[in-house]
Amino acid sequence: MSDETFRLLVNGAEVTVEADRDTPLLYALRNQLGLKGTRFGCGLGLCGSCNVLVDGRVVHSCDTPLWSVDGKAVRTVEGLGDSPLQRAMIDEQAAQCGYCVSGVVMTATALLARNSCPSECEVREALDGNLCRCGAHNRMVRAVLQASQIEAAQ
Amino acid sequence: MIPRNLAANPRLSHWVSVRPDGTVDVRCGKVELGQGILTALAQIAADELDVAYDRIRMVPATTDSSPDEGLTAGSRSIEDSGAALRQVGAEVRAVFLAAAAKVLDSSELSVVDGLINDTVSYWDLLDDVDLDVEATGAVEPKPVAERKVMGTSPGRLDIPDKVYGRARFIHDLSLPGMLYGRAVRPPSRGATLVSLDTSKAAELDGVVEIVRDGDFLGVIADREETAVRAAGLLRCEWAERDSLPDVDAMPEFLMSRRTEDVTIVDESTSDDAVTTVAATYSRPYLSHASMAPSCGVARWDGDKLELWTHSQGLHPLRLDICRSLGVAIDQVTLHHVEGAGAYGHNGADDAAFDAVLLARAVNGRPVQVVWSRADELGWAPFGAAMAVHIEADLDAVGEVVAWRHDLYSNGHVSRPGFFAAPALLGSQLRTGTPPPVSMDPPFANGGGSERNSVPLYTFPGQRITKHRLLEMPLRTSSLRALGAYANVFAIESFVDELAFRAGVDPVRYRLRHLSDERARAVITAAADAAGWSRRGEGWGFAFARYSHHGAYCAVVAEVEAETSVRVKRLTLAVDAGAVVSPDGLRNQVEGGAIQSTSWTVKEQVRFDRSRVTSTDWESYPILRFSEVPEVEVVIVDRPDRPSLGAGETAQGPTAAAIANALHSALDVRVRDLPLTPAAIIAAL
Repeated sequence: MSDETFRLLVNGAEVTVEADRDTPLLYALRNQLGLKGTRFGCGLGLCGSCNVLVDGRVVHSCDTPLWSVDGKAVRTVEGLGDSPLQRAMIDEQAAQCGYCVSGVVMTATALLARNSCPSECEVREALDGNLCRCGAHNRMVRAVLQASQIEAAQ
Repeated sequence: MIPRNLAANPRLSHWVSVRPDGTVDVRCGKVELGQGILTALAQIAADELDVAYDRIRMVPATTDSSPDEGLTAGSRSIEDSGAALRQVGAEVRAVFLAAAAKVLDSSELSVVDGLINDTVSYWDLLDDVDLDVEATGAVEPKPVAERKVMGTSPGRLDIPDKVYGRARFIHDLSLPGMLYGRAVRPPSRGATLVSLDTSKAAELDGVVEIVRDGDFLGVIADREETAVRAAGLLRCEWAERDSLPDVDAMPEFLMSRRTEDVTIVDESTSDDAVTTVAATYSRPYLSHASMAPSCGVARWDGDKLELWTHSQGLHPLRLDICRSLGVAIDQVTLHHVEGAGAYGHNGADDAAFDAVLLARAVNGRPVQVVWSRADELGWAPFGAAMAVHIEADLDAVGEVVAWRHDLYSNGHVSRPGFFAAPALLGSQLRTGTPPPVSMDPPFANGGGSERNSVPLYTFPGQRITKHRLLEMPLRTSSLRALGAYANVFAIESFVDELAFRAGVDPVRYRLRHLSDERARAVITAAADAAGWSRRGEGWGFAFARYSHHGAYCAVVAEVEAETSVRVKRLTLAVDAGAVVSPDGLRNQVEGGAIQSTSWTVKEQVRFDRSRVTSTDWESYPILRFSEVPEVEVVIVDRPDRPSLGAGETAQGPTAAAIANALHSALDVRVRDLPLTPAAIIAAL
């Protein structure tokens, strides 16, 4: 493993990361940049806990190598500010353990960006790649729908 | 009266400190597992102390300064810790009032948010009170009608951090100088290490140590990605052997082994039987399948050990670590840090011990161990596979005159701290010792395999026998509801079969055989809320009172089924006594019902004769968003009754309600879980 330098735009700020080119984006975010909000779940892109946005698209950061995101814009849960979706998640108390929530929030943020008024069915389909073990699904779906209504009203 | 957990930790200062800035630290021995317990306990403390809820700071448990309340398990935290904190709150309030009486020279005192008679506050009186005294039991907690925070649903204390992605989980700890460790497991149970070549891993830049201690293997590196890669580069040759039963013939396996047999109930029977009906039900091994792999962080400083863990029981874990390593208890400090949702004895304790073993190689530096997903699904303890055989003798008019229930299972507890043999995975590997065969808690405490094996129905002539296996092919331990899930699935399926046989509506049949008024009330509430009287095909009903002491729960399931089953809607009614937080209760019951749906229609630990093979989310699928049913929870509030644990109450009845709904839809009885398309087709 030998380090190379990668330049990324993370949550609007230019950062450099020194790491092996195959290092998963997740570890660079969490351990080098201190952005712990993106969670490790499976390392295989099968659970969605580590979802972030790369140039606006949902990406599993656990199996996305650094070389593939060089020069790109990465958005993590910390970069959402205080979005209507996050406020809706709190309003709906849409979590039990909350470990999956960051990934769900990122996937739903991307959904709302491309479809500002999704149906319940569309929300569920969009979130099918995000696993939740505690059974907070319905609350999270309600939160996404609530956020879309708030954004529509604005 | 002094509640049990307070009697064990009688000093008030152990539980509560009032700070000069007007905040109140509350310590308890219970830990947050995603169930929202700290929020509920904060509500109880706020009520009794007469301070605003947002003044309360719940201090994470540590072996240094928190009361020892044993395990956070069995849906007992509200009953046990809640009762203790209620009494503590009342007594601390009384101590402050006594001090205020002197300062104000008055006996007419009232408190509003810590301010007494609008004049002097608790935090003004800190020099006048001594909380380092034992509880007396002489102060009565408030009557129900005077509680203000209880019965409301303040937002959970922990949810904002999780929604905004703040560092809160143990995985997010970042201690100065912290290194990253990974343990490397054998490919199968009982495998032994024949040879090890560490050269490739050692060549990697950033690898700090490679640890071998017996068959316990691990690596330590300066970066997480390096630790992951180094773990994959250890060249291990293992001698494996077949040790596992046939995954597709588990009931036969369970019912043919050497067992310890315990009679739970043995009533005399009548001679009126004219016919006997019987059926056997089963559930497979289930995985906890938490969203986060288990994690531990440890640091040795000479002979002193500091450990951060998401264990359900800090004190029992500490005991096992000390026993395993020959370390004195007072050398070891454990801190609880939240993990992802825990539904019982998962890999938390084992991951903690992995960190302890690895950190020994780098004395002075903290080591964080995170399990791989494959190890989480493959090596954490499983919920035990079970088989339940029920027989009922019927008289000439079809009434039950005898009821026999035989259950076959491994025990449901192999937690650390309860066995002489090494209970921690790392300890077993380093000493070449098999795990202790799991046991069950005493029936008086709810039991393990036999939990909920005694039906609440007024069937005469009950004989209930548990057959606990004396061998253990796969390590089993506590998973949400323990034996109650399979026992309730079996009993409630069988009761449904009896109702159909008798040609009686399943709800009416249940009511006819229940005298417990609270049971009857939740059954009626669930049936009414779901619209049972207007039901069509694909509707199923089930009921249980969890663990004979906990919350009552009735479930109506509506499914669509052809060759697979889709659960469309679940309506649950629950009586958990006096409700601390209605939304917290609803969240737990809703989540329990959805998780149970996942267990019931999808989940099964798979293995060949030597290896567990369901080690990722494709081979161990769980319910997805588009498969999750609509869930409605109706609370039957009993403000005048003690609060009852509700975190596990939905597991069993949900399973049976779905299976009964499947029967209603297709006229087939699937008695072996999960209700997969293959199982349904086989039963057609």
